[in-house]
Amino acid sequence: MEPEVKEQLDDILSHYSGESGDLIPILQEAQGRFRYLPSEVMLEIAKFLRIPEGTVFGVCTFYAQFKFTPMGKRIVKVCRGTACHVRGATRILDEIVRRLGIEPGDTTDDLEYSLETIACFGSCALAPVMVVDDNVYGRMTPSKVAQILGDTKVAVGKE
Amino acid sequence: MTFNKIRSQAVSEWEALEHSDKPRILVGAATCGRAAGASGVLEAINSALAQHNLEAIITQVGCIGLCYAEPIVNIIKPGRPHIYYGNLTPELASELVEDYIINDNPRPDLALGTVGDDDIQDISKFFELPMLKPQVRVALRNCGLIDPENINHYIANGGYGGLVKALAMTSEEVIEEIKKSGLRGRGGAGFPTGVKWEFCRKSPGTVKYIICNADEGDPGAFMDRSLLEGDPHAVLEGMLIGAYAIGATEGYIYIRAEYPLAIQRLKVALQQIKKYGLLGDNILGSNFSFNMKIKEGAGAFVCGEETAMMASIEGKRGMPRSRPPFPAQSGLWGKPTNINNVETWGNVSAILQRSGDWYASYGTEKSKGTKTFALAGKINRTGLIEVPMGISLREIIYGIGGGIPDDKRFKAIQTGGPSGGCLPESLLDLPVDYESLTQAGSIMGSGGMIVMDEDTCMVDVARYFLSFTQAESCGKCVLCRLGTKQMLNILEDICRGKGKPESIDLLLELSEAVKVGSLCALGGTAPNPVLTTIRYFRDEYEAHIEEKRCPALACTELITYYILPDKCAGCGICLRDCPSEAISGGKRLVHIIDQSKCIKCGTCLDVCPAKFSAVVKVSGEQLEVPAEPVPVTASKATTEASD
Repeated sequence: MEPEVKEQLDDILSHYSGESGDLIPILQEAQGRFRYLPSEVMLEIAKFLRIPEGTVFGVCTFYAQFKFTPMGKRIVKVCRGTACHVRGATRILDEIVRRLGIEPGDTTDDLEYSLETIACFGSCALAPVMVVDDNVYGRMTPSKVAQILGDTKVAVGKE
Repeated sequence: MTFNKIRSQAVSEWEALEHSDKPRILVGAATCGRAAGASGVLEAINSALAQHNLEAIITQVGCIGLCYAEPIVNIIKPGRPHIYYGNLTPELASELVEDYIINDNPRPDLALGTVGDDDIQDISKFFELPMLKPQVRVALRNCGLIDPENINHYIANGGYGGLVKALAMTSEEVIEEIKKSGLRGRGGAGFPTGVKWEFCRKSPGTVKYIICNADEGDPGAFMDRSLLEGDPHAVLEGMLIGAYAIGATEGYIYIRAEYPLAIQRLKVALQQIKKYGLLGDNILGSNFSFNMKIKEGAGAFVCGEETAMMASIEGKRGMPRSRPPFPAQSGLWGKPTNINNVETWGNVSAILQRSGDWYASYGTEKSKGTKTFALAGKINRTGLIEVPMGISLREIIYGIGGGIPDDKRFKAIQTGGPSGGCLPESLLDLPVDYESLTQAGSIMGSGGMIVMDEDTCMVDVARYFLSFTQAESCGKCVLCRLGTKQMLNILEDICRGKGKPESIDLLLELSEAVKVGSLCALGGTAPNPVLTTIRYFRDEYEAHIEEKRCPALACTELITYYILPDKCAGCGICLRDCPSEAISGGKRLVHIIDQSKCIKCGTCLDVCPAKFSAVVKVSGEQLEVPAEPVPVTASKATTEASD
C-alpha cells in the first residue's frame, strides 16, 4: 500500500473502536476518501476489524454504493423513479448511453465520466430528471441531453 | 434547565419573530425545492435586499407540498397576512422585493394564496386552494412553516410537549394511548403500532432497541425525506416516546445515503436535543435514559425490510431472515427490537401532544388517522400531500391533483411502489385504506402514488417494476432470485413483440410461485404490479402478444415514426436534431426517416413545429411514405415563408 493511502486509512480507522457494526461506516468513509475501494484498503480494514477478508468483500459486493474501480471526474446520474419512467426516463438514459458510450455503472476509459442510475431522486415534480455532479436538470428531453453533456465536455476540456 | 423554562424561551423567541417589525421571507429549500431552483431565488432575494439596503429575516424551510409550484416563497410583512408565491425565478423574486416589500404591491399575478385573518384583493386563501383544502396535516404539521434547524420553532409549536406528557404517564398508559389512536405502520404493512410496542415491551431483557426506518427506497416515494428535511424533531420526539414506552435504551435511525440534506438535519437536531437534556441520561430529570445514532444505508433496497435492516446495522450483508423469532423477541444483536417507519414516528409525537381519540377521529373504522402520499406522474399538481384515510382515489387525483395534463385520458394509478399495483378508472371511487387497496390487488405501501395516462403502457410498467425488484432481490430465496428473472424475461419478450400465447398464463403461474416461495415482502409482493396489470389491463397484454401492437405507443420495438409527406414543410429541424442521422431531405424537400437507422428516440416528434405536426408515431400499422425526399407542396411552402 502506498504510504499516502495507508496514512489516510489509518486516519479513518482511528475514529473507530473496531466493533463489527463499524464495517459499513468505515467502508463508506474509505470510499468517500479514495472514490473507490482499492483491494489493499479492503484487506487492511479486515485486519483492523479482525474479520475474514471474504466477509469484507462480501459486504462490499452486496451494497450498490461500493465501487471497485475509480470513478470518473463527472458523475452523471439518471433517475429511474416511476414518475420519471412514465415521463420518458428511458429515452434520456438511452441518449446518454449513446453519447458517453458506456452503460450504467461504468466509467469512460479516460476517467472523465461515470454513469449511474438512481432508484428515485425524489424530485418527481420535475420528471424526468438527470443529475450531473450536483446540478439537477429537470423536465429532460433527449435533445437537452446533447446540450448538457455538450456543455459539460467543454468545461472538462478547460480544466 | 427545566422544560418549562425551555418552552417559555422558545415561545418568546417565536413570538418575537411573529411580531417582528422586519419583513420575513420563508424560502422552501428542501431537496426538491433546491432542484427546482430555490437557491437561485434565495440569492436573488438577498442581493435585491442588499441593493435597497433593506433588512429582512430569511428562513429556509422544508417542503410545503406544492411541488408543482416550486420554488415557493412566503413573504410576511409586519401586520400583513402571509403571502405565498410560486413558480418563482430569480428575476421574479427580485421583482417581488421591489414591488411588494418596498412599494406594497402584493403582485396577485404571482401569488398562490394568503394565510391570516385579513384578505388581500385578488389573492385567495392559501389553505382554501383545491390542493390544500381536503388535506389534514398531522405528520407534516410543521413542514414548510418552521425552520427545521431551529429546535425552538418546534418547541414553540407544541414540540416535545408529547414527550413531557408521556414521561408523566406509565409506559403501559402510553402504549394504551397509541392503541386508542388506531395508528398502524405507515411503512406500508399496516401493523397496529401500539400492539407492536406492547410485544417488545413485554419481551424479557434489559437491553432493547428501537429503529427508525428511513430507508425510503420505493421509486416515486419521497414522503419520509420531506418530513425529515422539514421537521426532524417530530420524528425524534416520536422515537423518544416510543423508547420510553417500550423500555429501550438505544435507538438507530437507518437512513439512505442518498438523502444528504435529511441526514444533515437529523445530525443538527440530535445535537440540539442533547443540549436541551432531551437525549442522554435521565431525560428531563426522569429515570428514562436513551441514546440515538444515525446509520447510513449503502444502497440496497432490501434493507428496508426489518430483518435485513438489522443485519445491515450489524455490519453484515443486508439479507432478510425467517421470522419467528420476530424482532420484538430477538432483533438487533439478538435483543428485543422495535422498528417503525419515519411517518409512524412523526404521528406518534402528534398523538401524544393531542390525544389518541383526536387522531382516531380521522379516517375509517379500521384505518385511522391520516396518510402522506407523494403524488406524481401524469398529474397537473404534483406534490406531497397528507389526507384522512378513506378519501377516494378520485378526490386525490382530480380534487387535490387537478386531473391529468394536456387533456389526456386517465389510465391507472399506481400505489405502493414495486410492491403495489396499478388500479384502473373503474376503481377511482375506492376509499384509500389498507383493506380496500389490498383487496383491489395493490397495497397502501409507504405512499408513492403515480398517475398514468393513455400514453403509459401497462405491460411496460409491469416490466419496469419487475426489472427493479429483480435487480434488488438479495438472492437468498430461489424463487425471488430466479422467478423474478424469468418473469422479467417474459415481460421483456412481450414488450418486444415476442410474447407467446401462453405467456400470460405462465406469468400468473410464476407470480403465485414467487409469492409463496419468498421469505420477505420484497419477493412476496414483487408480482403485484404484474398481477394487477393482467387483472385490469389484460387487453394490452393481448395486443402486444397477438397483434404485435403497443396501444399506448410506448414500447420502442413495436412503434414506428413517420413523417407525413402532405404535412412536412421541409424545414430541416428534425433532420438537424436527429441523433442517429436517420432523416434525409433538404430545404423544401419532404423529409424521410430511414427506418433501419431510426433508434425510436422520438426527438423528431418533439421538435417538429406544432404548426406542421408532420411527425407521427404508430404501432401495428405501416404508412405509405415516399422512399426518397420529394419537393414539398406549394401551399405549405408559402405558409412557412409567410411566418
